[in-house]
Amino acid sequence: MLHTVNKSPFEKNSLETCLRLAEDNSSILLIEDGVYGALQNTSFESSITNAQKTIKLYVLGPDLKARGLDKSSLISNIEIIDYKEFVKLTVENDKVQNWL
Amino acid sequence: MEDELETGVVKKFLYVNRRAPHGTVYAHEALEVVLIGAAFDQDVSLAFIDDGVFQLKKNQDTSEIYTKNFSKIYSALEMYDVEKLYVEKESLHSRGLTEDDLSVDVKVIDSSEMKKLMSDSEVVLNF
Amino acid sequence: MNFGILVNEGPYQHQASDSAYLFAKAAIEEGHTIFRVFFYHDGVNNGTRLATPPQDDRHIPNRWSELAKENNIDLVLCVAAAQRRGMVDPDEMKRNNKDADNIAEKFRISGLGQLIEAGIQADRMITFGD
Repeated sequence: MLHTVNKSPFEKNSLETCLRLAEDNSSILLIEDGVYGALQNTSFESSITNAQKTIKLYVLGPDLKARGLDKSSLISNIEIIDYKEFVKLTVENDKVQNWL
Repeated sequence: MEDELETGVVKKFLYVNRRAPHGTVYAHEALEVVLIGAAFDQDVSLAFIDDGVFQLKKNQDTSEIYTKNFSKIYSALEMYDVEKLYVEKESLHSRGLTEDDLSVDVKVIDSSEMKKLMSDSEVVLNF
Repeated sequence: MNFGILVNEGPYQHQASDSAYLFAKAAIEEGHTIFRVFFYHDGVNNGTRLATPPQDDRHIPNRWSELAKENNIDLVLCVAAAQRRGMVDPDEMKRNNKDADNIAEKFRISGLGQLIEAGIQADRMITFGD
């Protein structure tokens, strides 16, 4: 399954709940304000690095750029993708769940 | 009914409810999707997670905020053959609620069972 | 693949409509099709003909109309949500005795069944919201 999360973990618990309920070997794509969940040196970082043991994390590049962020601000091993690759991810996964 | 040839596609629909009722419209309008959706004979489950568990709290009385008390509809869902209501135990617990606080019969499941339910579903709609 | 897209928020207030549009555009460019874009909750406000955003900003309703025109996409506003929020097409105008309609080109108003149908018929269902 592909999960998307569009809210900052500092605003809402959507990412936290997604991490609790996402299966091993699923993928999580952070979009819109959700990209803040990918930042290093935050109180949320360990939740992400822990999840990365079994779940692949992605972040939407255009949303990162809009917010003045780039690869250097992110936790390592989070892949930055564009909309074309977002579409590809939805095709490669058997279904999508969008956490709001 | 059962002797009718059903050639339509049947998918496992999961409606995920994570928001409290009344403060926003999502809980109410999500229920409308479930009711209309009931006519399509799909395999429907409802999940109540995080503040979504508050949607099922007993004794809701909206008379003093002058909004429609749609909470009664949850008890009517079984008339529409929508009977699979799942509540996440952790969400209930962290909000100080027990199954006794809820207005309808539900299945309380833990995170790992909820994880499996989501993974087994085919069309997941978040409200 | 054939995609169903659900948009739960109105134009400008949240990024949902923007993200949905960019996703739809990318999907089409990748050779996929869009079965339907269904607008629910405040999402029905994306269908207004009367928006006048500043010239130097994107015109969200028009953008959807153009995408639909170029690619034959079905843009549906939920009737119940539309009625609550005052989104009216010529039929609804007559039916409910309103003095105007305000729906943009290529949008139509229809029931929630259209959302369920999209869930059933499309290969993938994606939701953009708040």
